[in-house]
Amino acid sequence: MKRKKDSIGFLSSLFAIVVGLLVGFLILLASNPSEAGAGFWTIITGPLTHGSKGVGQVFYYATPIILTGLSVGFAFKTGLFNIGASGQFIIGAFAAVVVGIKGEALGSAQWLVALLAAIVAGAIWGAIPGLFKAYFNVNEVISCIMTNYIGMYLVNYLVSTNKGLYDKIHNYSKNVAETANIPKMGLDKIFEGSSVNGGFFIAVIAVIIIYILLNKTTFGYELKAAGFNKDASKYAGMNEKRNIVLSMAIAGALSALAGALLYLAGSGKHIEIQDVLAGEGFTGISVALLGLSNPIGILLAGIFIAYITAGGFYLQLLNFSTEIIDIIIAVIIYFSAFSLFVRVVITRIQKRKEDAKTAEEGGKK
Amino acid sequence: MDTLFLVFQQTMFFTIPLLLVALGGMFSERSGIINIALEGIMIMGAFTSILFINLTQDKLSGQVQLILAILVAVVTGIIFSLLHAFASINMKADQTISGTALNMFAPAFAIFVARRIGGTQQVQFKNTFRIDSVPVLGDIPVIGDLFFKNTYITTYIGLAILVISVVVLYYTRFGLRLRACGEHPQAADSVGINVYKMQYAGVIISGALGGLGGLVFVVPTSTNFNATVAGYGFLALAVLIFGQWHPVKILGAAFFFGLMKTIAASYSAIPVLATSGIPSYIYKMIPYIATLIVLVFTSKNSQAPKAEGIPYDKGAR
Repeated sequence: MKRKKDSIGFLSSLFAIVVGLLVGFLILLASNPSEAGAGFWTIITGPLTHGSKGVGQVFYYATPIILTGLSVGFAFKTGLFNIGASGQFIIGAFAAVVVGIKGEALGSAQWLVALLAAIVAGAIWGAIPGLFKAYFNVNEVISCIMTNYIGMYLVNYLVSTNKGLYDKIHNYSKNVAETANIPKMGLDKIFEGSSVNGGFFIAVIAVIIIYILLNKTTFGYELKAAGFNKDASKYAGMNEKRNIVLSMAIAGALSALAGALLYLAGSGKHIEIQDVLAGEGFTGISVALLGLSNPIGILLAGIFIAYITAGGFYLQLLNFSTEIIDIIIAVIIYFSAFSLFVRVVITRIQKRKEDAKTAEEGGKK
Repeated sequence: MDTLFLVFQQTMFFTIPLLLVALGGMFSERSGIINIALEGIMIMGAFTSILFINLTQDKLSGQVQLILAILVAVVTGIIFSLLHAFASINMKADQTISGTALNMFAPAFAIFVARRIGGTQQVQFKNTFRIDSVPVLGDIPVIGDLFFKNTYITTYIGLAILVISVVVLYYTRFGLRLRACGEHPQAADSVGINVYKMQYAGVIISGALGGLGGLVFVVPTSTNFNATVAGYGFLALAVLIFGQWHPVKILGAAFFFGLMKTIAASYSAIPVLATSGIPSYIYKMIPYIATLIVLVFTSKNSQAPKAEGIPYDKGAR
């Protein structure tokens, strides 16, 4: 039964992807018919046509969005909508960058301490909507939206008013120390010239940990139970208030780790002082939905979205703007919200088949 | 005194779009459909109407052009919101997911089309709409300075829509039915109200006001549109909650948020605040923190429509 449900979910994701790509193609066709075919081909194959560097970039883009996707997907599994990944992401980036700039005394352990600092900061930040939900019954979607903006302004404020952190000329955070960058772990040799680094392995490890946590532990079972039926889990004696807070803290820690890995990637990223929310948080929602909130699915969905995003960059050669990729992703998300509809259609077809079969068998008697 | 007038006039520029969009959100939520796509709807409305102004600049100007642009914004908002209505009402999709998708779609679409048409993502426009002083009314002392100088017709349209909203929601059959659908759609259905139709109406109104709000936000505060409304759609959502889903309270909330935005944007020009040394980020954060605090105190006794966010299923009990 479970396998059947999974395969229907997979089909509905596939349906959404196909429709998304189709809409993308139609938009290319409408804006420039002569180049549309070549443009579409670039989206699908772009990253593969630039050697090992192109492939490496896909993993580099995938690293943060796998983690924000994991953050949103994990919260989904426990019945919470973490639309606050954006704020948690920037809070984590900030904590990591602070350690990265100020913690040179830590030596070769600096990057590790920076990641831990990000995880702790993100867990605390993520726990805020959890506490509000558990103790004051505040809808987490609304409080997450609020904490997104508060987090963004707070980080802008803390960076821009601190001389030790702020590069006034460029209006962004100072460079982190060399030792704060995530080690390459050999990936620079495989994918020469790309920005990919050990962060990708850390993201994969996080996927495995969350998978085990959700599927093999009592704690994970309790969290999922609360997601399925809050009242039943409470009746069964589970501490639902504590579970809500912990779920959001874990989700916050994952998004914060994403921020830390991106800003310590050694690819020249700085925290820019702009009043703009971090896009990685919202992409995380897409990744989680496309991956059906399943950790393994999220890993694949993250790589897929990173893949077409990388393809989108090569589109500029054909004079199409890269926003077409965002349009495609948005359409995919829109149609993945139709999963209920797809499920109904598929079960109806299956039922019809079964009915026909039984009718046939009945006829033979 | 002049500073006070200036601050008040600025505050109105920020308040009116928040008011319009939050009122739109109110109609949608009162019918039972959560609409977090307001940000995207604002972007689409602002985009098409500013593009319209940009393209008709040679032939039109002044209030006629603005009124036509308003129509463009409203129609765009309605069409775009239909996507949300279709997903959440017919497809019974998760309303937050559908809204998120529209929010992602709008800025990408605006940039893509703007690049295609003009080569850059900014859409420039000439602002020929400012009213320096309304004849006769602008000469009234104090009140004239506050309400009838350095203003736009959109301010009065916004206030008119507020009055209409109160009347429609509380004094018409339509309003009563709409509210019933948001509170208990099964009960509404049982007395012969077409719940789907009412919910479509709610979402369409939010689309119209959201699109209009996008235009009203951009016109006084900028001379180009850059595919963003700076989070105003989300801020309007906060206004809606702060105002507890009630039109008049929404006006109060919008004014408070508008004042905070004005202070954050121009506090260096206000002598008292410039010397206080409080950074502008604090004022930028206050609306969001205030909303969180209000949520804590009101959630036990929240005025939120009871059935919002739950897809209406005729067969369910």
